[in-house]
Amino acid sequence: MTVTDRSSAATAEADPPVVRSASRTRRKRREYLLFLLFIAPNAVLLAAFAYWPIVFNGILSLTSWDMVSPHIPFVGLANYRDMFSDPDFWWVILRTILFSGAVVIGCVVAGLAVAILLNQKLRGRNVVRTVAFAPHILSGVAMGTVWLFIFDPQIGLMKMVLGKIGADGPAWMTDSNWALAGLIIVYLWKTIGFVAVVYVAGLQGMPTDLYEAAKLDGAGAWTLFRKITFPLLSPVTFFVVVVTIVATFQAFDVIAIMTDGGPGDATTTISWYIYKEAFQALDAGHAGAGALVMFVILIAITAAQARFMERKVHYR
Amino acid sequence: MKTLGAGLKYLGLIVVLVLAAVPIYWLLSTSVTSPEKIFQFQWFPDGLNWQNYVDGWKSAPFGAMYKNSIIVTLAGALIQICVAILSAYAFAFLDFPGKRIVFLVFLGAMMVPGTVVLMPNFLTIAALGWVNSYAGIVIPGVGSVFAMFLLRQHMLTLSSEVTDAAKVDGANHLRILWHVVLPMSRPMVVTVIVVALVEKWNDFVWPLVSTSTDSMRTLPVGLLMIKDAQGFTNWGAVMASSVFIVVPVLIVFFIAQRQIIAGLTAGATKG
Repeated sequence: MTVTDRSSAATAEADPPVVRSASRTRRKRREYLLFLLFIAPNAVLLAAFAYWPIVFNGILSLTSWDMVSPHIPFVGLANYRDMFSDPDFWWVILRTILFSGAVVIGCVVAGLAVAILLNQKLRGRNVVRTVAFAPHILSGVAMGTVWLFIFDPQIGLMKMVLGKIGADGPAWMTDSNWALAGLIIVYLWKTIGFVAVVYVAGLQGMPTDLYEAAKLDGAGAWTLFRKITFPLLSPVTFFVVVVTIVATFQAFDVIAIMTDGGPGDATTTISWYIYKEAFQALDAGHAGAGALVMFVILIAITAAQARFMERKVHYR
Repeated sequence: MKTLGAGLKYLGLIVVLVLAAVPIYWLLSTSVTSPEKIFQFQWFPDGLNWQNYVDGWKSAPFGAMYKNSIIVTLAGALIQICVAILSAYAFAFLDFPGKRIVFLVFLGAMMVPGTVVLMPNFLTIAALGWVNSYAGIVIPGVGSVFAMFLLRQHMLTLSSEVTDAAKVDGANHLRILWHVVLPMSRPMVVTVIVVALVEKWNDFVWPLVSTSTDSMRTLPVGLLMIKDAQGFTNWGAVMASSVFIVVPVLIVFFIAQRQIIAGLTAGATKG
């Protein structure tokens, strides 16, 4: 199109259009250059600290490097064979799924319930919304410390509260049967308010006419929820589930301050396993392999959910 | 029936409020409870006892840790927002063959979890000689996808007439960015900065991994160091130390809660 423009213009006026088009290509080239210049800082950072690490993990996972010596022994797929034939590693995976699953389900159920409550015309709901969101933005290490105190089997708040209803309460973080449950409670506490606020945003975008029509047909509150609210919220649920899974798989600061992955291995989830292999055992091979496994699991979960979305999700 | 329903709703509201607030309250109240009284359970502290804060402050080099946390947080958030603004502007207003693919490659980086990059990034900054330096703590975390994405989405809503008018006036892209686009994007820029500040302040695992000397520790890492060195025996002092970390964020949150909530939940409606 520009070519014909130019040629037709050229017949009318011999000289200036050529100059103009030359200056235009020069301007285009300058814009390309500017584009590259503007994205360069981000591109370099993302390449070096997000994409290269994936490849780097892959390389390291084929070695048995101790992260110190200049000699880096190549061992092929031995680390993966090790890991997958080690029941402890499967327990790490299983534990991560259990932990993540409990937090995700708890967050969706309780978060949605709180959101429906916060969506009612109630006085003070904005204050409650703000306070409920606060745990989400407070340092995990600092709040983990408080929870450690709350769970203290001698002087903790939990013991006092449970004592009031006649229950004894476990030793929580030092009892390998209860430590993971304690972590689940802390993560639920940190995340439910966030999830509720996300759901409130979703609820506020609901079409009211659908409800009116269903009510005229005599639908009860539960039917309204099951047939209209929940299906219409499925994109929000999708977001919540993905974000919570990624966050729980990466859970670290609360675990570091509360349990160190223990007692025994009771709270060693995949991210703690990777950290331990890399920075305590100085085993770059297993850490790299573990990191790649985690990456693949998260990509697979997200992809599966994205496909599920395409088929099942109701868009507005 | 109707008042009963409303009553139940308010009861629910109170339950949510209490469950969310009690651990925060417990942190603050324990931090001002006198050491002898900590072992006796009580809902309200016996007056304001500041001894815990003195003990807490002396239990670790909190002065240095505060300085480190502030430097790392401000530098991190500032560099991140600059990087994000530049690339957001490029994707919104500049042309490049294959721009869509480049954009998708950028977005893809969002799929890479922090835990996965931990060890490789440590080895990278070690190779650069950045272990125990501000650069080592800050630089790996300032690349930005989500902030860039939010800013770009916002810039796309600005009418092109504005930028075209500026172009006709002979302004170059830097001038348009600085004098036209940025002022019009102020709410989004503020949101992204505030969220970045909170995230950098609370960041734990990377500062832990990338530093090894006491003088370079940030506040959250310092708290873990106290625990590892002496265990948590003096709970009052420990709570006071935790308050050092939590209070700045609490203050920022209650001032800018709208921005923080909008920024952190943006993906739900915009992603």
